[in-house]
Formats: sequence, C-alpha cells, structure tokens
Amino acid sequence: MPRLSPPAVLFALIGLAGLALPLVQFKANRIVAGEGVGLADLPHGPWVLPALGAILVLACPARSPAAARLASAVAGLVAATLMLGTAASHLPPPGNSLARVAPASGFWLLALAFGLMLADAVNRLRPSLALRWVMLAGAVALTAGILVSGVLDGVSVMREYATRRDLFLREGQAHLALAFGSLGLALLAGIPLGIVIFQARRWRGPVLGALNILQTIPSLALFGIMIPVLGWVAATIPGAAQAGVSGIGTFPALVALFLYSLLPVVSNTLSGLSGVPAPTQEAAVGLGMTRAQVMAQVLVPLALPVLLAAVRIVLVQNIGLAVIAGLIGGGGFGTFVFQGLNQTAMDLVLLGALPTIALALVAGIALDLLVQGTRRGAA
Amino acid sequence: MIEIRHLTRVYDGVPVVNDVSLTVETGELAVLVGTSGSGKTTLLRMINRLVQPTSGQVLVEGVDTATLPAHLLRRRIGYAIQGHGLFPHRTVAQNIATVPRLLGWPRAQIDARVDELLVLFQLDPATFRDRMPHQLSGGQAQRVGVARALAAKPDLLLMDEPFGALDPLIRAKAQADLRAIQRRLGTTLILVTHDMREAVDLGDRIAVMDGGRLLQYDHPARILTQPAVPFVRDLIGATDRPLRLLSLKTVGDLAQPGDAEGPTIPPEATLRDALAECLWSGRTAVPVQGGGIVTLDALRAEARPQ
Amino acid sequence: MTRRILPALAGLALLAFLIAPGSFAPLFQPFTRNNAPAIYTQTSLLSLTLSHLAIVAVAVAASTIAGLVLAILVTRGAGREFLPLARTVTAVGQTFPPVAVLALAVPVLGFGTGPTLVALFLYGLLPVFENALAGLSGQPAPVAEAARAMGLTPRQRLWQIDLPLALPLLLAGMRLTAVISLGTATIGSTVAARTLGEVIIAGLLSSNTAFVLQGGMVVGILAVLIHHAFQAAEIRARRRIGLD
Repeated sequence: MPRLSPPAVLFALIGLAGLALPLVQFKANRIVAGEGVGLADLPHGPWVLPALGAILVLACPARSPAAARLASAVAGLVAATLMLGTAASHLPPPGNSLARVAPASGFWLLALAFGLMLADAVNRLRPSLALRWVMLAGAVALTAGILVSGVLDGVSVMREYATRRDLFLREGQAHLALAFGSLGLALLAGIPLGIVIFQARRWRGPVLGALNILQTIPSLALFGIMIPVLGWVAATIPGAAQAGVSGIGTFPALVALFLYSLLPVVSNTLSGLSGVPAPTQEAAVGLGMTRAQVMAQVLVPLALPVLLAAVRIVLVQNIGLAVIAGLIGGGGFGTFVFQGLNQTAMDLVLLGALPTIALALVAGIALDLLVQGTRRGAA
Repeated sequence: MIEIRHLTRVYDGVPVVNDVSLTVETGELAVLVGTSGSGKTTLLRMINRLVQPTSGQVLVEGVDTATLPAHLLRRRIGYAIQGHGLFPHRTVAQNIATVPRLLGWPRAQIDARVDELLVLFQLDPATFRDRMPHQLSGGQAQRVGVARALAAKPDLLLMDEPFGALDPLIRAKAQADLRAIQRRLGTTLILVTHDMREAVDLGDRIAVMDGGRLLQYDHPARILTQPAVPFVRDLIGATDRPLRLLSLKTVGDLAQPGDAEGPTIPPEATLRDALAECLWSGRTAVPVQGGGIVTLDALRAEARPQ
Repeated sequence: MTRRILPALAGLALLAFLIAPGSFAPLFQPFTRNNAPAIYTQTSLLSLTLSHLAIVAVAVAASTIAGLVLAILVTRGAGREFLPLARTVTAVGQTFPPVAVLALAVPVLGFGTGPTLVALFLYGLLPVFENALAGLSGQPAPVAEAARAMGLTPRQRLWQIDLPLALPLLLAGMRLTAVISLGTATIGSTVAARTLGEVIIAGLLSSNTAFVLQGGMVVGILAVLIHHAFQAAEIRARRRIGLD
C-alpha cells in the first residue's frame, strides 16, 4: 500500500461524507420544511458521484503530484456547482415558481473538501507571486463566468437575486463605498497622524490610548451613537449639512468604520517608520537630505509593507463590519442579512452573506499578495 | 571508554560525517576541532543520538547505544551547548535538578547535589539557588549549564562550543576551571570547538575534522609537530606553532638547577609564559619559585619538533 | 499608578451602575427624547451582563482549548503535514465577517445563544491558534536542544518546557480573542442571544441614544478591564521567564 498523505485522507473523508449526504434541499415553497435530495437521484448523478469519489480517493497517496490535486480540486468544485444548478433546474415541476432548491449539507461539505484540497495544493505548489495573481484572477473569472452563464439561476439564492437585481447592485455599491470610503478617509487622516506621533514622541501614548479605547466600543454601539451625534452636528454646525454630514443613511456608518480604521493605520504607520534602521536614517541625513526628503525618499518607502499590512487589516475588517450598517439603515449587503434574519428567510441571508464573504476573501488574498510584492522589493 | 566505529551520517545523499572511527579512554578529554561544516557537531550529536547515524556504531563502556531508548541514553550522558540553553522559566536549582528529577532521585539527594555543584562551580548556593536564568551573567549561566550537564554524575559529558558566547577574559578562566573540574571528577569529556588554540589548551587528544572526515586523531604535541596533512598544519597556523608547543608544558617540567637574577616565576606557569618573561625582561634565564631556573636555551629547544 | 487606579475606578463605576442603574438616570436623561426612559429596564442589566460574560467566557475557553490542541497537533509528529493548511484555513476563517458567520449558523442551530457561541468560537480560534503556534515553535533553539539532550520524552518536553514557555503568547492570544468576542457578542442579540446587544438594539429601534450609550459603555468598560487583567497576567508570565 502506498504511503498516504494525511491531509488528503482528511479531505477525502469530508468529501465522501458530503457525497453520502443530501446535495440540495427541495422545498415546495419558501416557508415549508424541505426534503433532502442526494447526488445519485439527479440527472448525471449516477456517474458524477463515483467520479467525484474517485477524484477524492486518488488524491490520497502521498506522491500524487500537487498540480494534479489542484486540477482535481477545481474540477470537483465546478462539478459540485454544476450539479447544484442541475438540481435547481430539474427538481421543481415545470411552471412552479414557488418551489425552492437550496444547497444542503452535502454541497457544503463537498465545497469544504475541495476548497481545502485547493488550498493545500496551492501551498504545496509554492507558486511564484505572478502565478498567484493569475490564480486569483482565474478563480474570480471562473466564479463570475458560472454566475453569468445562468446555470445556477434556479438556485434559491439566485432566485432571490433575480427578484431584487437593482436593489442588490445598489446595496453592493453602498457596501463597497462604505468599505473603501472609510479606508480612504482613514489613510488620509491616519498616515499624517502616524507621522506626527513618530516625530513627537510624547503624543504617542495619548493618541494610541484614545484610539485603543475607541476600539473597545462594540461596533453595534458605535454605529448607533453616530446617528444622534452626526444628526446634532448637521443640525447645529452651519455648513455641516451642506457638506454632506447627516445623521441618517450611509454617513453614520461611514464615520463609525473610519473611526475603527484609525488605530491599525496610525499604529502601523508608526511601527513601519520606527522599524527603519537608525543607520539608514543617519546615512540619509549624512548625505545631506532635508527632513522632508528623508521622510519622502527613505522612511515612507521602507515603511510601505507595514502600512500595506494595515490596509489589509482595515479593508477586510471594514468589509465585514459594513454588514452592521444594514441594521441602522446604512445600506450595504447587511440589509439582506438582517431582512433575512427577521423573516427567517435563509436564502436572503445568503444573498447578503455570500458576496460579503467573497469580497473579504478576495480583498484579503489580493492585499496579502501586494504586501508580499512590496516586501520582496524592500528586501 | 567511548568507541565510535565507522560512524556515517548522510543528508540528501551527501555524507556530512563520513566513516569516522575513534576511541576516547575513560577520564580523557577529547576535542573535536574543525571549520564550520566539517561535521564535528553532527558527530557529537550522534553520540547521544540527537542525530540518528545513517550507519556505524557508538559503544559506551562496550554497550551499543542503539540498543537503548534515546531518552534513557541521554539521561546518562551530560550535554552542554553554546548559549547554555538553560530553561528560562525554571530557577537555577530547578535547571540543575532536571536530569536527577527525571531519574527519580529522592528530593534530599537532589538538593544536596545541587548545592554541591553550585559550590564546585564557585556559585554561592544561598545566592544563586533561586535565581532565574535571566538574572545571571554570561559566565554564571555557562557554569550553571555545565553544572546541569554534570548533575546526574554522567559517565560521559558532551560539550558543543561551550565557551563560544563568552568574552575572552571569562573564557580563559572558564576553560581552566573546566579542565580542573574534569580532572577532579574523572569524567570522560568530548568537546567540540572551531578554535585550535582552545583544542590545544584543553585536549588530551585532538580529532581534526574536515569535510566529514577525520583527518588526524592524536595528542596535541603530535598534532602540532607532525600534522598528518597540509590542512591540519594550516589550521594550527604555522607562525603560532612554537608558542603553542611551549604552552603545553609547565615551568616545573623544565626546571634545572642553577641561579638567575630577577623576579621568580611559579612552577605551574607554562613555558610560553617563561619565554615571554625572558624576552620582556631581557634575561637569558628566570628563577623558578621554590628553586631552580629555566633558561632561554632550554625554552628554544622545547619550541621545535623533537 | 494611574495604570492601576483608572481601571479600578472604571470597574467600581461599572459595578455601581449594574447594581443600581436607576440612580444613574439623571446622567443619561439628556440623551433621551420625548420623555423616553433613560435606563433600560425590560431586563435587568446585571443579568444581561452576566449572560454576556458567560457566553464570551465559554466561547473563549472553547477557542483556547481548540486552538491550543490544534497548535500542539500541527507542531509534532504526523500533524506537521497539516501545519501550512491549518495556517491557511484559520487565516481564511478570519476574513469571514462575524455577522455572516452568525447568520449562517442560524439555520443549523436555530435562534438564540447557539449561533453566537459558534461564531465567537470560530472567530476566536485564529488569534489563539496563531499565538499558540508562535509560542510553541518560537522558543530559543538552545533551549529546545537542551531539553531533548537532557533526555526529556516528547510528552515531558511538551508539558515541562514548550507549554510553560508558550504561556505569555497564549495569554496574548486569549486577550485578543476575549476583547474581540466581547464586542462581537453584542451582534448576537440580532439572533436573540441574551447579551448586552439587546440594550443597544432596543436603543436603535426606539431611537433612544441613552440605551445605545449604556450598552456600549458597559461592554467598553468590560473590554478595558478584561484587557488589563490579561495584560497583567501576561506581563507576570513574561517577567518570570525573563522576557521583559
């Protein structure tokens, strides 16, 4: 018997469990309890099921090459997704628009098994930075292609999407505006603040202390407090309302996210600048650079990787926290999540949660790659 | 007695230690010396099986070490390394007591042993017993490291660059102390160093290694006067040879009857010290404390291969 | 001195507020409108706080045990093969928004405390795992070498050397997890968990800023106190092994 790779065996066990459990849940309408339908009971199921099982088992021997595992993982993910689409178009009786087909435990376990296999294969391949970018772009393009192709249109989440296409696009824009807008503001304010406390040592304690306290306020409360505070500002301070300050809508959420983002930006700016070796700074001064030149040509470029790490933290955190804006009428994908929770409509929750997770994941991976790129440049 | 027979270690197809055989007699101090990458540390680590030999045997008192479970073997062999490796979360006494506790010694016996060792290494037990490692100076930490290695009265002590982290002044003292303690306890000791001078000063025998092979294994005087291959001669450094040779013997060994002017020199000083004294004071002979003299001519004769 | 006095004062103020919230009404009155109540009285603030703390404590304990066991498993023996994967999975897990995890756990676990515990547990896993990993594998090479050479068995090395030396970093991971969980638990009230989020949400729904402030301040002060407590333990543990 060949030596087995323990991780691959784990993936195979998860995947085989997924094959044994119902792939989808079929409901006559949105409210009633559903029944599970297995892969074997679907068209093409009788040969897709053993094929997926074979892929999982064949990846187990330790000497199975990483590239083959990568291909198997992608094939498995695509196959599971296509079968989900097949179920959705095949199960409801013709003409019945109330019936719902949602992914069930079998699908999620298969996705987990092949997703883990994918992550493991990529780890083992040790691809170059450029290849990692290509892989990320490929994954995004493949996902987009499947969504646009319409094979999944019958799945319940996509049905929810179809009925609210315009709203979804609007909330998506709002979500991105919240996440990126607050990041932009935090960079505009936080980098100068970080530079100031780098040079004025005695302000470090108070500034970082205040920002730390800000972080301890639970997000839910900070969002809530912003509404009356900004409402008061808009009503009391002349010109504030004209400048866009408002106690309702997206603005309070934007300010709350901005406040949360300040600590990572300021503290990473500081630690990035402090991390530049003293001899390097002295050399720059010795070569006759002015203070501003030292800052612009030596300190900031060398501090860039640490600063980018802060951008990663903030962006991923804000994409997640922006969901809470949905609770205070600030828009974003959170709107669907909380609506869905209120109506116990899980399809609607998924409509909000899945794009948020996908956004956070892509942003996190892309910024990791960026950070690695600048690190390599600096080294 | 430690017998190393045809010991080989291969990493990725490359032999790091290549068919090395040597014997260290009980109570002897053997020094493995070589440049970095010579395989000396790997050879040492195969003796207590921190590295598993690819082939070959190590026999301690005639027993093949491969027949013992590795952790039990290691409890019988003391081990001290550069940077001491003291456990930072344990007091000096707890550190020294590590192996006796593993062996299940009674508490009173452990306490007595710890105090005995602290005294042996000139550390006042009342002061140092409860100190944490980070409260020790480099020299103190090094001594505690060696004390810990000796705690369970091992048959054999292995040391890997034990003085590497010490500054030169403390190092000389630590070397002298180690030599004295090793003589007193009669412990067999194998020590790894890259410093030929340390090897000559400490070793009863010196094993010179390069590229995983044992080039020469002999008494220091023979290594100095009859290097087996050019590499050994280069390692000694040709210009230093006469002085190193002189440092192997003491004034007492060479004293002859006679009279000389000026300040005396103690009999336990090395011939190298005597030469320095002659040159510095411009004398051709120096009186030895307790009678006799050492002459420049006699020193000259000793500084050449015989 | 202020480092100790300020948290002590904050703690006392918090205790007084939780025992007799009514006496603080004048403080919060300015934040209400139309004569709305200044203090949340639907449920006792004390019991909500205790329930909030209990949920966080259980979640942090679970994340700590799971994160530590995982870190131990992937740093020895056959488990090493899982190390890169475990790193990736926990890092990816951390990018999942907590609200999304919470919402997705509802269909499996129903409304109430269950989904909150799961979300907090999963979310708290990464800091503990990463710190435990750094602690278990980051000890100085001579120490690890000496432990092996002294003849400690792998189990003895784990219990007598690796774990005690990893303690400061483990405590730092627990501190991060506890502070994050304390804030995130408030969101649990959107799926009917009994936490201080209930007060904040009641305030949001009735536009009563006083409620939002109360809920937020109680959680904030708790977070500061817990942060301080863990940090004190961490500093003691670090001092003991001579890191500070």
